[in-house]
Amino acid sequence: MGYTVDDAKLLADRAKLRFSREQLEKATQELNDMIRYVDQLAHVDTEGVPPMSHPHSFANVWRDDEPKEGLSAEDALANAPDRHGQFFRVPRIIAGEEEG
Amino acid sequence: MPAGTEYEVVVGMEVHAELATRSKVFCSCPVSFGAPPNTQTCPVCLGMPGALPMLNRRAVEFTIRAALALNCQITPFSKFFRKNYFYPDLAKGFQITQFDAPIGHDGWLDVEVDGEVKRIRIRRVHLEEETAKLTHAGDDIITAGNSLLDFNRSGIGLIEIVTEPDIRSAEEARAYLKKLRATLVAVGVSDCKLEEGSMRCEANISVRPKGSDKYGNLVELKNIASFRAVYRAIQYEAARQSQVLESGGVVRRETRHWDDAKGETAFMRSKEQAAEYCYFPEPDLMPLEISEEWVEEIRRGMPELPDARAARYMRDYGLNKEDAQQIAESKELWWFFEQTAAKADGPEVAKWLVGEISAAANASGVELSQSRLRPEHIAELISMMESGKISGKIAKSVFEDVWATGKAPADIVRERGLSQISDEGELRAIVRRVIEANPGPVQDFGAGKERAISFLVGQVMKESRGRANPQETNRILREELARAME
Repeated sequence: MGYTVDDAKLLADRAKLRFSREQLEKATQELNDMIRYVDQLAHVDTEGVPPMSHPHSFANVWRDDEPKEGLSAEDALANAPDRHGQFFRVPRIIAGEEEG
Repeated sequence: MPAGTEYEVVVGMEVHAELATRSKVFCSCPVSFGAPPNTQTCPVCLGMPGALPMLNRRAVEFTIRAALALNCQITPFSKFFRKNYFYPDLAKGFQITQFDAPIGHDGWLDVEVDGEVKRIRIRRVHLEEETAKLTHAGDDIITAGNSLLDFNRSGIGLIEIVTEPDIRSAEEARAYLKKLRATLVAVGVSDCKLEEGSMRCEANISVRPKGSDKYGNLVELKNIASFRAVYRAIQYEAARQSQVLESGGVVRRETRHWDDAKGETAFMRSKEQAAEYCYFPEPDLMPLEISEEWVEEIRRGMPELPDARAARYMRDYGLNKEDAQQIAESKELWWFFEQTAAKADGPEVAKWLVGEISAAANASGVELSQSRLRPEHIAELISMMESGKISGKIAKSVFEDVWATGKAPADIVRERGLSQISDEGELRAIVRRVIEANPGPVQDFGAGKERAISFLVGQVMKESRGRANPQETNRILREELARAME
Protein backbone atom coordinates (compact mmCIF):
# COMPACT_ATOMS: atom_id res chain seq x y z
CA MET A 1 0.00 0.00 0.00
CA GLY A 2 1.02 3.64 0.44
CA TYR A 3 1.63 6.11 -2.33
CA THR A 4 1.57 4.96 -5.95
CA VAL A 5 3.40 6.50 -8.89
CA ASP A 6 0.09 8.06 -9.94
CA ASP A 7 -0.22 9.77 -6.56
CA ALA A 8 3.29 11.11 -6.92
CA LYS A 9 2.47 12.34 -10.43
CA LEU A 10 -0.61 14.20 -9.13
CA LEU A 11 1.45 15.76 -6.36
CA ALA A 12 4.10 16.84 -8.87
CA ASP A 13 1.43 18.38 -11.11
CA ARG A 14 0.04 20.38 -8.22
CA ALA A 15 3.52 21.61 -7.33
CA LYS A 16 4.04 22.50 -11.01
CA LEU A 17 7.07 20.14 -11.18
CA ARG A 18 7.96 17.90 -14.11
CA PHE A 19 9.65 14.54 -13.56
CA SER A 20 10.73 11.67 -15.77
CA ARG A 21 9.26 8.22 -15.17
CA GLU A 22 12.41 7.06 -13.32
CA GLN A 23 12.47 10.18 -11.16
CA LEU A 24 8.79 9.65 -10.30
CA GLU A 25 9.42 6.02 -9.31
CA LYS A 26 12.32 7.06 -7.10
CA ALA A 27 10.23 9.88 -5.58
CA THR A 28 7.37 7.44 -4.90
CA GLN A 29 9.67 5.16 -2.96
CA GLU A 30 11.15 8.04 -0.97
CA LEU A 31 7.68 9.41 -0.22
CA ASN A 32 6.60 6.02 1.08
CA ASP A 33 9.67 5.83 3.31
CA MET A 34 8.89 9.24 4.77
CA ILE A 35 5.23 8.43 5.28
CA ARG A 36 6.08 5.14 6.98
CA TYR A 37 8.35 7.03 9.35
CA VAL A 38 5.77 9.68 10.21
CA ASP A 39 3.11 6.99 10.38
CA GLN A 40 4.48 5.90 13.75
CA LEU A 41 2.40 8.76 15.15
CA ALA A 42 -0.75 6.91 14.10
CA HIS A 43 0.01 4.27 16.74
CA VAL A 44 0.09 6.79 19.59
CA ASP A 45 -3.12 7.08 21.58
CA THR A 46 -4.43 10.62 20.97
CA GLU A 47 -7.91 10.07 22.34
CA GLY A 48 -9.27 13.38 23.67
CA VAL A 49 -6.21 15.41 22.62
CA PRO A 50 -7.25 18.45 20.55
CA PRO A 51 -5.34 19.07 17.31
CA MET A 52 -2.51 21.54 17.78
CA SER A 53 -2.13 24.13 15.04
CA HIS A 54 0.71 26.06 16.64
CA PRO A 55 3.55 25.14 18.97
CA HIS A 56 2.83 28.29 21.01
CA SER A 57 -0.01 29.00 23.36
CA PHE A 58 -0.72 32.66 22.71
CA ALA A 59 -3.67 34.05 20.78
CA ASN A 60 -4.80 37.43 19.44
CA VAL A 61 -1.49 38.76 18.21
CA TRP A 62 -2.55 41.79 16.24
CA ARG A 63 -1.97 45.46 15.50
CA ASP A 64 -4.12 48.60 15.30
CA ASP A 65 -5.58 49.71 11.98
CA GLU A 66 -2.92 52.36 11.27
CA PRO A 67 -1.77 52.67 7.66
CA LYS A 68 1.97 53.07 7.05
CA GLU A 69 3.75 53.89 3.87
CA GLY A 70 5.27 50.85 2.17
CA LEU A 71 7.56 50.54 -0.83
CA SER A 72 7.76 52.91 -3.75
CA ALA A 73 6.56 51.49 -7.07
CA GLU A 74 10.20 51.39 -8.25
CA ASP A 75 11.30 49.38 -5.22
CA ALA A 76 8.30 47.07 -5.56
CA LEU A 77 9.14 46.41 -9.20
CA ALA A 78 12.91 46.24 -8.73
CA ASN A 79 13.11 42.43 -8.90
CA ALA A 80 10.41 41.95 -11.50
CA PRO A 81 11.62 39.89 -14.47
CA ASP A 82 9.26 41.84 -16.69
CA ARG A 83 7.19 44.99 -16.36
CA HIS A 84 4.95 47.29 -18.34
CA GLY A 85 4.91 50.82 -17.01
CA GLN A 86 4.21 50.47 -13.30
CA PHE A 87 2.65 47.01 -13.69
CA PHE A 88 4.25 43.61 -13.24
CA ARG A 89 3.91 41.76 -16.51
CA VAL A 90 3.43 37.99 -16.49
CA PRO A 91 2.73 35.42 -19.20
CA ARG A 92 -0.96 35.19 -19.84
CA ILE A 93 -2.69 32.37 -17.99
CA ILE A 94 -5.46 30.62 -19.86
CA ALA A 95 -8.92 30.96 -18.35
CA GLY A 96 -9.11 27.23 -17.61
CA GLU A 97 -6.44 27.54 -14.94
CA GLU A 98 -8.00 30.48 -13.22
CA GLU A 99 -8.66 30.29 -9.53
CA GLY A 100 -9.72 32.47 -6.66
CA MET B 1 -36.88 13.27 -17.46
CA PRO B 2 -40.46 12.75 -18.64
CA ALA B 3 -41.81 15.48 -20.89
CA GLY B 4 -43.76 18.19 -19.10
CA THR B 5 -41.65 17.97 -15.93
CA GLU B 6 -41.57 21.26 -14.09
CA TYR B 7 -38.15 22.34 -12.87
CA GLU B 8 -37.06 24.57 -10.04
CA VAL B 9 -33.77 26.36 -9.73
CA VAL B 10 -31.69 26.03 -6.56
CA VAL B 11 -29.12 28.75 -5.88
CA GLY B 12 -26.49 29.32 -3.24
CA MET B 13 -24.54 32.56 -3.27
CA GLU B 14 -20.98 33.36 -2.38
CA VAL B 15 -20.23 37.04 -1.95
CA HIS B 16 -16.89 38.73 -1.34
CA ALA B 17 -16.78 42.23 0.08
CA GLU B 18 -13.65 44.33 0.63
CA LEU B 19 -13.36 45.65 4.18
CA ALA B 20 -13.31 49.42 4.63
CA THR B 21 -10.39 49.34 7.03
CA ARG B 22 -7.70 52.02 6.67
CA SER B 23 -4.89 49.50 6.26
CA LYS B 24 -4.65 46.01 4.77
CA VAL B 25 -5.49 42.90 6.78
CA PHE B 26 -2.00 41.38 7.23
CA CYS B 27 0.23 44.41 6.65
CA SER B 28 0.02 48.17 7.23
CA CYS B 29 -0.22 49.26 3.59
CA PRO B 30 -2.96 51.84 3.06
CA VAL B 31 -6.25 50.82 1.47
CA SER B 32 -7.43 53.22 -1.21
CA PHE B 33 -9.23 52.83 -4.49
CA GLY B 34 -7.73 54.26 -7.65
CA ALA B 35 -4.11 54.82 -6.54
CA PRO B 36 -1.47 54.46 -9.32
CA PRO B 37 -0.44 50.80 -9.83
CA ASN B 38 1.87 49.18 -7.28
CA THR B 39 2.18 52.23 -5.03
CA GLN B 40 0.51 50.65 -1.94
CA THR B 41 2.64 47.59 -1.39
CA CYS B 42 5.22 46.13 0.97
CA PRO B 43 7.12 42.82 1.19
CA VAL B 44 4.12 41.14 2.92
CA CYS B 45 1.46 41.87 0.28
CA LEU B 46 3.99 41.33 -2.53
CA GLY B 47 4.52 37.82 -1.17
CA MET B 48 8.28 38.22 -0.64
CA PRO B 49 9.90 35.17 0.96
CA GLY B 50 10.32 35.58 4.70
CA ALA B 51 7.91 38.48 5.09
CA LEU B 52 5.58 37.88 8.02
CA PRO B 53 1.90 38.79 8.25
CA MET B 54 0.52 40.76 11.22
CA LEU B 55 -3.24 40.74 11.74
CA ASN B 56 -5.27 43.97 11.69
CA ARG B 57 -7.55 43.90 14.76
CA ARG B 58 -10.15 46.10 13.11
CA ALA B 59 -10.52 43.62 10.23
CA VAL B 60 -11.55 41.00 12.80
CA GLU B 61 -13.90 43.49 14.43
CA PHE B 62 -15.50 44.30 11.05
CA THR B 63 -15.95 40.62 10.29
CA ILE B 64 -17.67 40.11 13.64
CA ARG B 65 -19.83 43.16 12.96
CA ALA B 66 -20.85 41.81 9.53
CA ALA B 67 -21.54 38.38 11.02
CA LEU B 68 -23.71 39.87 13.77
CA ALA B 69 -25.63 41.95 11.22
CA LEU B 70 -26.34 38.67 9.41
CA ASN B 71 -27.61 37.06 12.63
CA CYS B 72 -24.64 34.67 12.85
CA GLN B 73 -23.16 32.80 15.78
CA ILE B 74 -19.61 33.94 16.55
CA THR B 75 -16.89 31.30 16.82
CA PRO B 76 -15.07 31.73 20.14
CA PHE B 77 -11.85 30.10 18.91
CA SER B 78 -11.00 30.81 15.29
CA LYS B 79 -7.88 30.49 13.17
CA PHE B 80 -6.40 31.13 9.76
CA PHE B 81 -5.47 28.63 7.06
CA ARG B 82 -3.42 28.59 3.91
CA LYS B 83 -5.35 27.79 0.75
CA ASN B 84 -2.77 26.69 -1.79
CA TYR B 85 -3.22 27.30 -5.47
CA PHE B 86 -1.24 28.56 -8.40
CA TYR B 87 -2.23 31.78 -10.09
CA PRO B 88 -0.31 35.01 -10.73
CA ASP B 89 -2.69 37.20 -8.69
CA LEU B 90 -1.48 35.30 -5.63
CA ALA B 91 2.24 35.94 -5.27
CA LYS B 92 2.79 33.68 -2.23
CA GLY B 93 1.21 30.66 -3.93
CA PHE B 94 -1.41 30.53 -1.18
CA GLN B 95 -4.19 32.71 0.15
CA ILE B 96 -4.58 33.30 3.87
CA THR B 97 -8.20 32.48 4.62
CA GLN B 98 -10.30 30.54 7.10
CA PHE B 99 -11.41 26.95 6.89
CA ASP B 100 -12.99 24.93 9.67
CA ALA B 101 -13.64 27.74 12.13
CA PRO B 102 -15.02 30.77 10.29
CA ILE B 103 -15.55 33.83 12.52
CA GLY B 104 -19.33 33.76 11.88
CA HIS B 105 -21.64 30.83 11.12
CA ASP B 106 -25.30 29.80 11.00
CA GLY B 107 -26.98 33.14 10.43
CA TRP B 108 -29.78 34.39 8.21
CA LEU B 109 -31.02 37.33 6.20
CA ASP B 110 -34.68 38.02 5.42
CA VAL B 111 -35.48 39.26 1.93
CA GLU B 112 -38.80 40.35 0.50
CA VAL B 113 -39.99 39.26 -2.95
CA ASP B 114 -43.48 40.18 -4.18
CA GLY B 115 -44.55 41.12 -0.67
CA GLU B 116 -43.45 37.78 0.80
CA VAL B 117 -40.64 37.48 3.31
CA LYS B 118 -38.15 34.71 2.62
CA ARG B 119 -35.40 33.72 5.04
CA ILE B 120 -32.04 32.95 3.41
CA ARG B 121 -29.75 31.03 5.76
CA ILE B 122 -26.13 32.15 5.97
CA ARG B 123 -23.71 29.23 6.27
CA ARG B 124 -20.58 31.19 7.11
CA VAL B 125 -18.86 34.57 7.22
CA HIS B 126 -15.09 34.42 7.17
CA LEU B 127 -12.10 36.72 6.87
CA GLU B 128 -9.44 36.36 4.18
CA GLU B 129 -7.11 38.42 2.04
CA GLU B 130 -7.81 40.00 -1.32
CA THR B 131 -5.68 39.00 -4.32
CA ALA B 132 -3.77 41.32 -6.66
CA LYS B 133 -5.66 42.82 -9.58
CA LEU B 134 -4.93 41.05 -12.83
CA THR B 135 -5.66 42.71 -16.15
CA HIS B 136 -5.69 40.56 -19.24
CA ALA B 137 -4.38 42.84 -21.90
CA GLY B 138 -5.06 41.32 -25.26
CA ASP B 139 -5.77 43.87 -27.92
CA ASP B 140 -2.88 46.19 -27.32
CA ILE B 141 0.10 45.19 -29.49
CA ILE B 142 2.61 45.90 -26.72
CA THR B 143 1.00 43.68 -24.14
CA ALA B 144 -0.72 41.05 -26.25
CA GLY B 145 -0.49 37.62 -24.72
CA ASN B 146 0.45 38.99 -21.33
CA SER B 147 -1.29 39.90 -18.12
CA LEU B 148 -0.60 42.94 -15.96
CA LEU B 149 -0.53 42.87 -12.19
CA ASP B 150 -1.28 45.59 -9.67
CA PHE B 151 -0.63 44.61 -6.04
CA ASN B 152 -2.40 47.62 -4.48
CA ARG B 153 -5.42 45.38 -3.97
CA SER B 154 -3.39 42.43 -2.71
CA GLY B 155 -3.91 41.91 1.02
CA ILE B 156 -6.95 44.14 1.49
CA GLY B 157 -9.26 42.49 4.03
CA LEU B 158 -12.03 40.52 2.40
CA ILE B 159 -15.07 38.88 3.94
CA GLU B 160 -16.64 35.91 2.27
CA ILE B 161 -20.33 35.32 2.92
CA VAL B 162 -21.80 31.98 1.88
CA THR B 163 -25.49 31.10 1.93
CA GLU B 164 -27.17 27.73 2.19
CA PRO B 165 -28.82 26.69 -1.11
CA ASP B 166 -32.05 28.44 -0.10
CA ILE B 167 -32.59 30.72 -3.08
CA ARG B 168 -35.27 29.52 -5.53
CA SER B 169 -35.43 32.23 -8.21
CA ALA B 170 -33.49 34.96 -9.95
CA GLU B 171 -35.69 37.52 -8.14
CA GLU B 172 -34.74 36.08 -4.76
CA ALA B 173 -31.06 36.13 -5.71
CA ARG B 174 -31.25 39.79 -6.67
CA ALA B 175 -33.22 40.67 -3.54
CA TYR B 176 -30.65 38.83 -1.40
CA LEU B 177 -27.74 40.66 -3.00
CA LYS B 178 -29.43 44.04 -2.57
CA LYS B 179 -30.31 43.38 1.04
CA LEU B 180 -26.84 42.03 1.79
CA ARG B 181 -25.22 45.12 0.32
CA ALA B 182 -27.56 47.45 2.22
CA THR B 183 -26.76 45.57 5.44
CA LEU B 184 -22.98 45.62 5.02
CA VAL B 185 -23.01 49.30 4.06
CA ALA B 186 -25.30 50.11 7.00
CA VAL B 187 -22.88 48.59 9.52
CA GLY B 188 -19.98 50.38 7.84
CA VAL B 189 -17.76 47.38 7.07
CA SER B 190 -17.61 47.78 3.29
CA ASP B 191 -18.68 50.26 0.64
CA CYS B 192 -19.83 47.29 -1.49
CA LYS B 193 -19.40 48.90 -4.89
CA LEU B 194 -20.16 46.25 -7.48
CA GLU B 195 -18.93 48.47 -10.29
CA GLU B 196 -15.55 49.04 -8.62
CA GLY B 197 -15.27 45.39 -7.66
CA SER B 198 -15.28 45.96 -3.90
CA MET B 199 -18.25 43.56 -3.81
CA ARG B 200 -18.23 40.47 -6.02
CA CYS B 201 -20.65 37.65 -6.37
CA GLU B 202 -20.64 34.05 -7.47
CA ALA B 203 -23.70 31.84 -7.74
CA ASN B 204 -23.90 28.06 -7.46
CA ILE B 205 -26.83 27.03 -9.60
CA SER B 206 -28.58 23.71 -10.14
CA VAL B 207 -32.03 22.68 -11.27
CA ARG B 208 -34.19 19.74 -10.23
CA PRO B 209 -37.72 18.52 -10.88
CA LYS B 210 -40.06 20.56 -8.71
CA GLY B 211 -40.80 18.79 -5.44
CA SER B 212 -37.61 16.68 -5.49
CA ASP B 213 -35.49 16.71 -2.34
CA LYS B 214 -32.25 15.85 -4.16
CA TYR B 215 -29.98 18.52 -5.56
CA GLY B 216 -28.91 18.53 -9.22
CA ASN B 217 -25.34 18.91 -10.45
CA LEU B 218 -23.86 22.27 -9.51
CA VAL B 219 -22.68 24.87 -11.94
CA GLU B 220 -20.58 27.67 -10.51
CA LEU B 221 -21.20 31.00 -12.19
CA LYS B 222 -18.59 33.76 -12.17
CA ASN B 223 -18.33 37.37 -13.38
CA ILE B 224 -21.63 38.64 -12.03
CA ALA B 225 -20.99 42.37 -11.68
CA SER B 226 -24.40 43.99 -11.18
CA PHE B 227 -27.86 43.38 -9.72
CA ARG B 228 -29.18 43.17 -13.25
CA ALA B 229 -26.51 40.63 -14.17
CA VAL B 230 -27.29 38.35 -11.23
CA TYR B 231 -30.92 38.27 -12.28
CA ARG B 232 -30.27 37.68 -15.97
CA ALA B 233 -27.47 35.16 -15.41
CA ILE B 234 -29.58 32.97 -13.13
CA GLN B 235 -32.58 33.19 -15.47
CA TYR B 236 -30.35 32.13 -18.35
CA GLU B 237 -28.57 29.34 -16.49
CA ALA B 238 -31.80 27.88 -15.05
CA ALA B 239 -33.31 27.75 -18.53
CA ARG B 240 -30.15 26.21 -20.01
CA GLN B 241 -29.94 23.47 -17.38
CA SER B 242 -33.66 22.69 -17.61
CA GLN B 243 -33.28 22.33 -21.35
CA VAL B 244 -30.34 19.93 -20.95
CA LEU B 245 -32.39 17.75 -18.58
CA GLU B 246 -35.50 17.95 -20.75
CA SER B 247 -33.61 16.67 -23.76
CA GLY B 248 -32.41 13.71 -21.70
CA GLY B 249 -28.92 15.08 -21.07
CA VAL B 250 -26.85 15.49 -17.91
CA VAL B 251 -25.78 18.86 -16.52
CA ARG B 252 -22.01 18.82 -16.21
CA ARG B 253 -20.31 20.03 -13.04
CA GLU B 254 -18.41 23.03 -14.29
CA THR B 255 -17.55 26.67 -13.83
CA ARG B 256 -19.16 29.02 -16.30
CA HIS B 257 -18.57 32.66 -17.09
CA TRP B 258 -21.42 35.18 -17.45
CA ASP B 259 -21.02 37.27 -20.60
CA ASP B 260 -23.10 40.35 -19.89
CA ALA B 261 -22.91 41.77 -23.42
CA LYS B 262 -24.02 38.53 -25.06
CA GLY B 263 -26.46 37.71 -22.25
CA GLU B 264 -25.29 34.12 -21.93
CA THR B 265 -23.00 31.87 -19.91
CA ALA B 266 -19.95 30.14 -21.39
CA PHE B 267 -17.92 27.14 -20.25
CA MET B 268 -14.76 28.03 -18.31
CA ARG B 269 -13.49 24.82 -16.74
CA SER B 270 -14.69 21.46 -15.53
CA LYS B 271 -15.27 20.73 -11.87
CA GLU B 272 -15.48 16.97 -12.29
CA GLN B 273 -12.27 16.69 -10.32
CA ALA B 274 -12.65 18.30 -6.92
CA ALA B 275 -10.18 21.13 -6.41
CA GLU B 276 -7.45 20.27 -3.93
CA TYR B 277 -6.20 23.28 -2.03
CA CYS B 278 -4.20 21.38 0.60
CA TYR B 279 -5.55 23.61 3.37
CA PHE B 280 -3.37 23.72 6.46
CA PRO B 281 -3.22 26.06 9.48
CA GLU B 282 -1.28 29.28 8.79
CA PRO B 283 1.79 28.92 11.04
CA ASP B 284 2.64 32.63 10.90
CA LEU B 285 -0.62 33.80 12.48
CA MET B 286 -1.74 32.98 16.00
CA PRO B 287 -5.29 31.76 16.61
CA LEU B 288 -8.09 34.10 17.57
CA GLU B 289 -9.87 34.00 20.89
CA ILE B 290 -13.03 36.04 20.54
CA SER B 291 -14.43 36.78 23.99
CA GLU B 292 -18.14 37.17 24.69
CA GLU B 293 -17.38 40.61 26.16
CA TRP B 294 -15.87 41.77 22.88
CA VAL B 295 -18.80 40.42 20.86
CA GLU B 296 -21.23 42.19 23.21
CA GLU B 297 -19.29 45.42 22.94
CA ILE B 298 -19.48 45.22 19.13
CA ARG B 299 -23.16 44.31 19.29
CA ARG B 300 -23.91 47.35 21.45
CA GLY B 301 -22.13 49.63 19.01
CA MET B 302 -23.95 48.29 15.94
CA PRO B 303 -25.50 50.94 13.71
CA GLU B 304 -29.16 50.64 12.77
CA LEU B 305 -29.93 47.90 10.21
CA PRO B 306 -32.08 48.60 7.12
CA ASP B 307 -35.22 46.80 8.36
CA ALA B 308 -35.20 48.65 11.68
CA ARG B 309 -34.59 51.93 9.88
CA ALA B 310 -37.47 51.35 7.45
CA ALA B 311 -39.81 50.51 10.35
CA ARG B 312 -38.75 53.69 12.13
CA TYR B 313 -39.37 55.83 9.03
CA MET B 314 -42.86 54.37 8.71
CA ARG B 315 -43.58 54.98 12.38
CA ASP B 316 -41.96 58.38 12.93
CA TYR B 317 -42.31 60.03 9.53
CA GLY B 318 -45.41 58.31 8.19
CA LEU B 319 -43.69 56.95 5.07
CA ASN B 320 -45.31 54.17 3.09
CA LYS B 321 -43.56 50.79 3.22
CA GLU B 322 -42.10 50.92 -0.27
CA ASP B 323 -40.53 54.36 0.11
CA ALA B 324 -39.31 53.54 3.62
CA GLN B 325 -37.57 50.36 2.46
CA GLN B 326 -36.04 51.93 -0.61
CA ILE B 327 -34.65 54.83 1.39
CA ALA B 328 -33.49 52.70 4.33
CA GLU B 329 -31.50 50.42 2.02
CA SER B 330 -29.35 53.22 0.65
CA LYS B 331 -27.07 55.26 2.85
CA GLU B 332 -27.03 57.94 0.16
CA LEU B 333 -30.79 58.23 0.37
CA TRP B 334 -31.31 57.90 4.10
CA TRP B 335 -28.70 60.44 5.03
CA PHE B 336 -30.32 62.95 2.69
CA PHE B 337 -33.78 61.99 3.88
CA GLU B 338 -33.03 62.61 7.53
CA GLN B 339 -31.37 65.95 6.87
CA THR B 340 -34.29 67.11 4.74
CA ALA B 341 -37.13 65.63 6.79
CA ALA B 342 -35.91 67.66 9.77
CA LYS B 343 -37.09 70.74 7.87
CA ALA B 344 -39.94 69.45 5.67
CA ASP B 345 -42.79 66.96 5.49
CA GLY B 346 -41.38 63.39 5.53
CA PRO B 347 -43.61 61.70 2.93
CA GLU B 348 -43.14 64.66 0.57
CA VAL B 349 -39.33 64.44 0.97
CA ALA B 350 -39.52 60.67 0.34
CA LYS B 351 -41.55 61.26 -2.81
CA TRP B 352 -38.83 63.58 -4.14
CA LEU B 353 -36.05 61.19 -3.15
CA VAL B 354 -37.38 58.03 -4.78
CA GLY B 355 -38.71 60.06 -7.71
CA GLU B 356 -36.97 63.08 -9.22
CA ILE B 357 -33.78 62.88 -7.17
CA SER B 358 -33.05 59.18 -7.80
CA ALA B 359 -33.91 59.63 -11.46
CA ALA B 360 -31.53 62.59 -11.77
CA ALA B 361 -28.75 60.70 -9.98
CA ASN B 362 -29.20 57.65 -12.22
CA ALA B 363 -29.40 59.68 -15.40
CA SER B 364 -26.29 61.72 -14.61
CA GLY B 365 -24.31 58.87 -13.07
CA VAL B 366 -23.47 61.19 -10.16
CA GLU B 367 -24.06 59.88 -6.67
CA LEU B 368 -26.33 62.02 -4.52
CA SER B 369 -23.60 62.70 -1.95
CA GLN B 370 -21.29 63.87 -4.74
CA SER B 371 -23.92 66.06 -6.39
CA ARG B 372 -24.58 69.76 -5.91
CA LEU B 373 -27.99 69.08 -4.38
CA ARG B 374 -28.25 69.93 -0.69
CA PRO B 375 -31.01 68.87 1.73
CA GLU B 376 -31.90 72.57 2.22
CA HIS B 377 -32.69 72.85 -1.50
CA ILE B 378 -35.40 70.20 -1.34
CA ALA B 379 -36.78 71.56 1.93
CA GLU B 380 -37.00 74.99 0.30
CA LEU B 381 -38.70 73.61 -2.83
CA ILE B 382 -41.28 71.79 -0.75
CA SER B 383 -41.93 74.88 1.35
CA MET B 384 -42.40 77.03 -1.77
CA MET B 385 -44.89 74.48 -3.10
CA GLU B 386 -46.76 74.32 0.18
CA SER B 387 -47.06 78.09 0.43
CA GLY B 388 -48.37 78.22 -3.13
CA LYS B 389 -45.41 80.24 -4.39
CA ILE B 390 -44.73 77.72 -7.15
CA SER B 391 -46.73 74.84 -8.60
CA GLY B 392 -45.61 71.20 -8.55
CA LYS B 393 -44.80 71.38 -12.22
CA ILE B 394 -42.62 74.45 -11.82
CA ALA B 395 -40.97 72.82 -8.82
CA LYS B 396 -39.78 69.95 -11.04
CA SER B 397 -38.36 72.41 -13.54
CA VAL B 398 -36.64 74.36 -10.76
CA PHE B 399 -35.27 71.09 -9.39
CA GLU B 400 -33.56 70.35 -12.70
CA ASP B 401 -31.77 73.69 -12.48
CA VAL B 402 -30.82 73.13 -8.84
CA TRP B 403 -29.41 69.70 -9.72
CA ALA B 404 -27.41 71.15 -12.60
CA THR B 405 -26.15 74.33 -10.92
CA GLY B 406 -26.41 73.90 -7.15
CA LYS B 407 -28.14 77.30 -6.91
CA ALA B 408 -30.80 77.85 -4.25
CA PRO B 409 -34.36 77.22 -5.54
CA ALA B 410 -35.56 80.66 -4.39
CA ASP B 411 -32.84 82.32 -6.47
CA ILE B 412 -33.77 80.27 -9.53
CA VAL B 413 -37.45 81.10 -9.11
CA ARG B 414 -36.58 84.81 -8.86
CA GLU B 415 -34.11 84.82 -11.76
CA ARG B 416 -36.44 82.94 -14.07
CA GLY B 417 -39.54 84.83 -12.91
CA LEU B 418 -41.29 81.61 -12.01
CA SER B 419 -43.18 82.47 -8.88
CA GLN B 420 -46.78 81.43 -9.05
CA ILE B 421 -49.43 83.99 -9.87
CA SER B 422 -52.02 83.86 -7.13
CA ASP B 423 -53.00 87.50 -7.33
CA GLU B 424 -56.67 87.56 -8.10
CA GLY B 425 -56.61 90.61 -10.36
CA GLU B 426 -53.67 89.39 -12.41
CA LEU B 427 -55.19 85.91 -12.83
CA ARG B 428 -58.59 87.27 -13.75
CA ALA B 429 -57.05 89.41 -16.48
CA ILE B 430 -55.34 86.36 -18.02
CA VAL B 431 -58.52 84.29 -17.73
CA ARG B 432 -60.53 86.96 -19.53
CA ARG B 433 -57.99 87.13 -22.36
CA VAL B 434 -58.15 83.35 -22.75
CA ILE B 435 -61.97 83.32 -22.82
CA GLU B 436 -61.98 86.03 -25.44
CA ALA B 437 -59.45 84.25 -27.63
CA ASN B 438 -61.20 80.86 -27.50
CA PRO B 439 -64.90 81.27 -28.34
CA GLY B 440 -65.17 77.65 -29.58
CA PRO B 441 -64.22 75.87 -26.36
CA VAL B 442 -66.17 78.44 -24.36
CA GLN B 443 -69.26 77.54 -26.36
CA ASP B 444 -68.52 73.82 -25.88
CA PHE B 445 -68.36 74.36 -22.14
CA GLY B 446 -71.65 76.23 -22.29
CA ALA B 447 -73.15 73.26 -24.17
CA GLY B 448 -72.24 71.08 -21.19
CA LYS B 449 -68.88 69.69 -22.33
CA GLU B 450 -67.12 69.72 -18.98
CA ARG B 451 -63.86 68.65 -20.64
CA ALA B 452 -63.53 71.93 -22.45
CA ILE B 453 -62.48 73.53 -19.19
CA SER B 454 -59.21 71.62 -19.03
CA PHE B 455 -58.31 73.00 -22.44
CA LEU B 456 -59.00 76.51 -21.15
CA VAL B 457 -56.97 75.89 -17.96
CA GLY B 458 -54.16 74.73 -20.22
CA GLN B 459 -54.38 77.97 -22.18
CA VAL B 460 -54.17 80.01 -18.97
CA MET B 461 -51.08 77.99 -17.99
CA LYS B 462 -49.55 78.60 -21.38
CA GLU B 463 -50.32 82.31 -21.19
CA SER B 464 -48.79 82.53 -17.71
CA ARG B 465 -45.83 80.26 -18.64
CA GLY B 466 -47.00 77.70 -16.09
CA ARG B 467 -47.06 80.18 -13.24
CA ALA B 468 -50.82 80.44 -12.69
CA ASN B 469 -51.99 78.92 -9.39
CA PRO B 470 -54.04 75.89 -10.58
CA GLN B 471 -56.72 75.98 -7.88
CA GLU B 472 -57.24 79.72 -8.23
CA THR B 473 -57.26 79.47 -12.02
CA ASN B 474 -59.97 76.85 -11.88
CA ARG B 475 -62.13 78.89 -9.57
CA ILE B 476 -61.77 82.16 -11.46
CA LEU B 477 -62.22 80.45 -14.82
CA ARG B 478 -65.54 78.98 -13.71
CA GLU B 479 -66.67 82.34 -12.40
CA GLU B 480 -65.75 84.11 -15.60
CA LEU B 481 -67.31 81.38 -17.78
CA ALA B 482 -70.55 81.60 -15.80
CA ARG B 483 -70.53 85.34 -16.35
CA ALA B 484 -69.84 84.90 -20.10
CA MET B 485 -72.76 82.46 -20.36
CA GLU B 486 -75.23 84.93 -18.89
